[in-house]
Amino acid sequence: MGWFSTFINSSIGKKLIMALTGLLLIIFLIIHLLGNLTLFAGADAFNTYAGTLKKFEPIVRVIEVLLTIIFVLHIYNGAVLWWTNRKAKGSLYAVNARSKETNIFARTTIQTGSIIFIFLVIHLQTFWYPSNFSGGEINLYGLVTGWFAQPVYSGFYIFAMILLGFHLNHGFQSAFQTFGWNHKKYFPLIQKIGTLYAILTALLFASIPVYFLFFHGGN
Amino acid sequence: MANLDSKIPAGPIQDKWTNHKFNLKLVNPANKRKYDIIVVGTGLAGASAAASLGELGYNVHAFSFHDSPRRAHSIAAQGGINASKNYPNDGDSIFRLFYDTVKGGDFRAREANVYRLAEVSGNIIDQCVAQGVPFAREYGGLLDNRSFGGAQVSRTFYARGQTGQQLLLGAYSALSRQIKKGTVKMYSRREMLDLVMADGQARGIVVRNLLNGEIEKYSAHAVVLATGGYSNVFFLSTNAMNSNATAIWRAHKKGAYFANPCYTQIHPTCLPLHGDNQSKLTLMSESLRNDGRVWVPKKAGDKRPASQIPEDERDYYLERKYPSFGNLTPRDIASRNAKEVCDEGRGANGGESVYLDFEDSIKRLGKKAIEEKYGNLFEMYQTITGENPYETPMKIYPAPHYTMGGLWVDYNLMSNVPGLFVLGEANFSDHGANRLGASALMQGLADGYFVIPYTIGNYLASTKFTAVTAAHESFKKDTEEVENRVKKLLSIKGKRTVDDFHKKLGKLMWNKVGMARNEKGLKEVIGEIKELREEFWKDVNVVGQSKDLNQTLERAGRVADYLELGELMAVDALHRNESCGGHFREEYQTEEGEAKRDDENFRYVGAWQFEEAGKWNLNKEELNFEYVKLAQRSYK
Amino acid sequence: MNGNNLNLKLKIWRQPSPKAVGAFKDYSVSVSPDASILEMLDELNNDLERRSEEPVVFESDCREGICGTCGLVINGQPHGPIPKIATCQLHMRHFKDGDTIYIEPFRAKAFPVIKDLAVDRSAFDKIIQAGGYISVNTGGVPDANEIPINKNIASEAFDSAACIGCGACVAACKNGSAMLFVSAKVSQFALLPQGQSERKERVEAMVATMDEMGFGSCTNTYACEAECPKGISVRNIARLNREFLIASLSSQNVEE
Repeated sequence: MGWFSTFINSSIGKKLIMALTGLLLIIFLIIHLLGNLTLFAGADAFNTYAGTLKKFEPIVRVIEVLLTIIFVLHIYNGAVLWWTNRKAKGSLYAVNARSKETNIFARTTIQTGSIIFIFLVIHLQTFWYPSNFSGGEINLYGLVTGWFAQPVYSGFYIFAMILLGFHLNHGFQSAFQTFGWNHKKYFPLIQKIGTLYAILTALLFASIPVYFLFFHGGN
Repeated sequence: MANLDSKIPAGPIQDKWTNHKFNLKLVNPANKRKYDIIVVGTGLAGASAAASLGELGYNVHAFSFHDSPRRAHSIAAQGGINASKNYPNDGDSIFRLFYDTVKGGDFRAREANVYRLAEVSGNIIDQCVAQGVPFAREYGGLLDNRSFGGAQVSRTFYARGQTGQQLLLGAYSALSRQIKKGTVKMYSRREMLDLVMADGQARGIVVRNLLNGEIEKYSAHAVVLATGGYSNVFFLSTNAMNSNATAIWRAHKKGAYFANPCYTQIHPTCLPLHGDNQSKLTLMSESLRNDGRVWVPKKAGDKRPASQIPEDERDYYLERKYPSFGNLTPRDIASRNAKEVCDEGRGANGGESVYLDFEDSIKRLGKKAIEEKYGNLFEMYQTITGENPYETPMKIYPAPHYTMGGLWVDYNLMSNVPGLFVLGEANFSDHGANRLGASALMQGLADGYFVIPYTIGNYLASTKFTAVTAAHESFKKDTEEVENRVKKLLSIKGKRTVDDFHKKLGKLMWNKVGMARNEKGLKEVIGEIKELREEFWKDVNVVGQSKDLNQTLERAGRVADYLELGELMAVDALHRNESCGGHFREEYQTEEGEAKRDDENFRYVGAWQFEEAGKWNLNKEELNFEYVKLAQRSYK
Repeated sequence: MNGNNLNLKLKIWRQPSPKAVGAFKDYSVSVSPDASILEMLDELNNDLERRSEEPVVFESDCREGICGTCGLVINGQPHGPIPKIATCQLHMRHFKDGDTIYIEPFRAKAFPVIKDLAVDRSAFDKIIQAGGYISVNTGGVPDANEIPINKNIASEAFDSAACIGCGACVAACKNGSAMLFVSAKVSQFALLPQGQSERKERVEAMVATMDEMGFGSCTNTYACEAECPKGISVRNIARLNREFLIASLSSQNVEE
């Protein structure tokens, strides 16, 4: 498999990993979001959804392992790329004209990504860990709405979702570009779909804490 | 004065090259790698030669002062490349291309060479297409052709307005492949400063490493120069900033004859000067004259803007003087007339340019039609001048563009110095006194791809070589000379900059050895150049160190050579008591103001032999025209 | 003439040698708005030479925007603020009297500074040597019209081939990536029928050399396209990615 590691460690190989893992995460986010939206339907709906997941625990565990690998690859690879790219650039220009050349979404993937990573850690700690390791049945709906009643937590959550939107807006079309699917006819459409996806994902995820913070009085 | 042997093979012109190729001696394939060949210059001619020789198995050492072969000025050629493919079925043939080239060169080129050029022209297109050069195509997928420079047939292949770029990148890719294979070793950022002779043969070169200033020596069995033309002697020309004559001039001073140095081509449609700090002139396609009308104010010193000059105070001088050709008179006539009206003080805004006005064409054809035809040229004009040519007339002025003269070579492209070959614009061979449009690219590639690979083999196979390495006495002597010259330039520490001298020389050349010359001016200018040369060596200020990247020093060396070459150009122009092609002597013109050749006395190549600074001997090569009948042109 | 002149303050990067520490140095110039920025530097250099000071080293050659030799970063932008031109085509009328202009060399690890504003771009040559050609020897090729090529394909190949190798893409990229340059050459030959036989080997070899030379990885910010004087499209990069993916997975090359 020498050729494979050469391939995957090449500059384009690393990009392909980012694109592949990114696309998988984009799909994961859709599923995650659909599950989360059951929160709007009330405690029963959400807890039923969570309970259903419990029933298929072995499958969920396998998916979780795969997701972990995907996340690790995306994050680790992203960090390595950022670091080697910084070294490849060397010193910066005295005048920063980046805003004339690029858009903010493309420029800031490392920053948005880093904050999303912090969010992810907190997110796992607040929701995933208790739901799996607290022992016995827990009221997941209560746990979620409890956290969202806290303005600081919700505020950070909403902020992270906005950045996630930034990240996705670049990532969606970027993945297609990396796979070489940039066609004069279709790429503008892909970019639009990406932006729409990014906005919807960010809005819908963020709408949940907004709802529980402002309209549902913490319960 | 000696008659030069051009070594033209016997037989009918159609068979000369074929027979000659058969008669040439071959180098055994296993022995080729034992021969070292130095190629200086990696433009179209040099890169194609180095690549082709490398493919054959020779040990090639290629030198360029650029950082990469892809920068050579061949890259700037816009129009196209001629070839006698006759794809459009409009009556072209090898013979017609040959005929047009000899006639266009005003009967001052060697018939046999030109015929060979036309003969291999088709192969060039095949070769370039195989390399992936993206020529323009028809909807059916086959190659497109256009008519260029007033030719009666459409034989010009083109790649948008960037033909030179695409051809050079093709040759560069072939060269890169050989570099990778190790058959060619590339020495970039090296400037040749001397030719080294041993046992009467060219056996190597001395170069300056431009990065660190080290003087380096390289030996070989043969030296190929493909270092381009010398239009920059005028300071302002369409040539690139670094194009220079140093390599051929050093070779000339080592014994190579310089042929027809006075044949220079001035292009009529260039962007005019904007001020004293202007560094070069930019060429715009001649096609502009198809729809633009050339005029100047009738009154001298009229500084009104064009829009305020009423119709009856405008002088459409080309239409007036040449009613049948009007604005489409040949390059030299259009250029000469522009300078004449400007010298009378009637230039646009009283300065040195004439108007090229599209107002009538826009009225007649509509702005859209003009935009379709010339959109990119108008854009380029606006980028450079900041003026909108759809609204105000363009200003144009002629500029030196190409030098037909160069080192003398025989049919094998070898100079009179054994082992010294000269290709492309650096030699004198194929264009006579005037080059046709789209023929420069053709000649560079013909020489490099299809001539030198054969003829150099014959030289190597039939020559006895003694072992000469860079440790040879000649290398030591020449290296010392080069080092002393560098030291001398740096030690003058005068008051004037290199550019000051170059600009001064350029003005002298432009005014007196430019597009119209006369005996009085030439005699004066020879003295003036000598004086300027003396001043240069007393008063130039070359700042910086020798063992460092020093661009001022690079330029100083080149200008020092121009100060000698400029004189030779004037000497040649003075001796040639006739007008032909790019050489126009005011004393020798027809009643209509046309160039008047003197075939009886000047039907020869003037090849100058260097004796000492300011002193040359003239050698002649008689030119015989067996296939193209001598005729005088007329454009009235 | 002098009445129209612009008075400008220049901050020019001076660095005596590759290893030396560089710094900006201030110069004041008065220049005609019709001059190009390189002509302004010519004039400055002549003034410096008159005072026996070392002139500013910068590279340029054709001054028509086609040779790719010149390349300065002007106020943070390779080839300056006007799109689709090379440095030599930037005229001073685009600046205002009293402006301060920062002039720097291209910056990327793979383009080390040689002196002042001149950088070493020989890494580009190395990439071309790795496979930026069609392996045909001189002679023995078919007649040019035996290879018909669809006009649109030929035109697209030309768009890619228009690259002048100036390196502005690398200079503009925050990652110092050479993807636009490499992709342009790979695209030209991937599109043309002549390039098919070496298609896979070419892209593998050129990408490997690109990585070896120390260029960064593309993160699709498209700064390269924005600064390219010839408007080379990032669609070329997409094509390069695709070519590389297919070649890596399907070529016979199993060497590490």
